[in-house]
Amino acid sequence: MSSLIELENVSRQFGTQQVLRDITLSVETGKTLVLIGESGCGKSVTMKLMMNLLPPSSGTVLWDGRPVKDRTEKEIVRERLRFGYLFQGAALFDSLTVFENVAFGLRQNRRLHPKQISQTVHERLRDVGLDPAIVVDKKPAELSGGMRKRVGLARALAMDPEVMLYDEPTTGLDPIMSDVINELILRTRERCNVTSIVVTHDMNTVQKVADRVVMFYPLARLNPEDPQIIFDGAAEEAFESLDPRVSQFVRGEAGERLQELAIG
Amino acid sequence: MMKSQAAESQQLTFVHHLGQAVVGFVTLAGDLTLFGLRMASWIIPGWPRGNVLWPVMYQIGVLSLPVILITGGFIGMVLSVQAYEQFALMHMESQLGTVVNVTLLKELGPVLAAVMLAGRVGSAMAAQLGTMRVTEQIDALTALGANPVAYLVVPRFLACFLLIPLLTLFADGIGVLSGWWFSTQVLDVESFYYWHHSRRFVTSYDLLSGILKSVFFGTAISLIACHRGFHSRAGAEGVGQAATEAFVYSFVVILGIDFLLGYLLMELYPILWK
Ligand SMILES: Nc1ncnc2c1ncn2[C@@H]1O[C@H](COP(=O)(O)OP(=O)(O)OP(=O)(O)O)[C@@H](O)[C@H]1O
Ligand SMILES: [Mg+2]
Repeated sequence: MSSLIELENVSRQFGTQQVLRDITLSVETGKTLVLIGESGCGKSVTMKLMMNLLPPSSGTVLWDGRPVKDRTEKEIVRERLRFGYLFQGAALFDSLTVFENVAFGLRQNRRLHPKQISQTVHERLRDVGLDPAIVVDKKPAELSGGMRKRVGLARALAMDPEVMLYDEPTTGLDPIMSDVINELILRTRERCNVTSIVVTHDMNTVQKVADRVVMFYPLARLNPEDPQIIFDGAAEEAFESLDPRVSQFVRGEAGERLQELAIG
Repeated sequence: MMKSQAAESQQLTFVHHLGQAVVGFVTLAGDLTLFGLRMASWIIPGWPRGNVLWPVMYQIGVLSLPVILITGGFIGMVLSVQAYEQFALMHMESQLGTVVNVTLLKELGPVLAAVMLAGRVGSAMAAQLGTMRVTEQIDALTALGANPVAYLVVPRFLACFLLIPLLTLFADGIGVLSGWWFSTQVLDVESFYYWHHSRRFVTSYDLLSGILKSVFFGTAISLIACHRGFHSRAGAEGVGQAATEAFVYSFVVILGIDFLLGYLLMELYPILWK
């Protein structure tokens, strides 16, 4: 199996706080990997490491089996365009209109006719369930949170990436729209064999899109010798897992962690 | 645990703090230099498109004009008032134009215009870039194949580098006029002598020194503001701090550059000017 993105013994710390420890993970081409784990366990950081938006403190990130750090700056910039990233907070450019946001990557990297750009932008906006006529001239500040998220998704998809990284694609969306987005993730994958990495807290998304589920555990509550990846397998296995840390998480039960409430 | 920490902090003497401050300063200066070099390496390959550069130029140039004109206007009048008192004691009122215009062109015009712009333009840039950092917009630029330094820092540098000297010229111009107006209309200095002495003693070297200074001030303001914005810490507090630091650091650096260049230009005067 070829893998587009691999992490080899990757660790990352911010100052004295260690967030990821010795993570080894490879993403198979054309498959959908779902990352779950509680808030603050380092899922977003992992995605940024995969895309080389952040360097690892130690360990190696590989694209197509070749370490990223062996590449020149130029190669990295070019190859990064194969990835699309939906940021957790959408990260829309707030000085630009919705249209310019979605067109940004195309304008920056492809020599296209304005008509082609406009057509792609409108298509992508419709894909994510937004009416282009209404939103294109708006500034991000004039949109609702869920709309911003979908514009962010349209912006990432506009570049027709080979790999899509979705950071919480359905958070802040209503149940119907969440399902639309889940369907979009599936369709994007089928259309051109896109490899997807999805970070989510939404178990519907897990059930619907995941080929493989990986669960991280926060280092702060882990013994120094235990691996940080506490589950790696198919979605059904996660729901049947005997490890209480996994089964309680996917079922949304607090279990003995309710006791933490008593502290306050 | 608590005890040992307390003991440790007690052991931190004045020398420790001084050392920390020195290390902090050197690190910051080095960091800023590297940032400047990185920016410089992107000026040619990352030359901004018109639709990126113009809005920045407009923000920095056109929207700063009112405050610059007000600043210039008051400096001219304040200088006349202050100098008049001293000169009147010696019955040399007719010399007023010389001191007002030399001080204005060489020193106060460039410095006060730069300080004004560090406040208006510098902190706004730091806050804007800080917000972009905190909301991951800078990461998004990278993800979409745009270099954040080329896309954000280069246009801001170019705008400050070109427009801050230009704005300084405006401040100078208004200052010269307001100084003349106040001296002749209110303080009753003879207009003929006011200009006559000004022309005799104010050289283009004074004007050029002032403009040269403002080129350095513009560079410093843009680099410090962008650097602070890029390294903003999270949250509204972090962004606010970036904006404040951009102003305070710019102010200190402006004064430092003013002193160094002032001294250098004084020493060089005999060599450069016949
Ligand atoms: N740029 C940064 N500087 C300092 N600390 C950071 C930075 N980015 C992340 N962290 C820290 O790393 C930890 C993991 O952050 P991350 O954003 O990956 O969490 P997450 O798993 O995505 O959580 P959530 O589900 O809430 O999004 C957090 O404790 C955060 O404080
Ligand atoms: Mg996250």
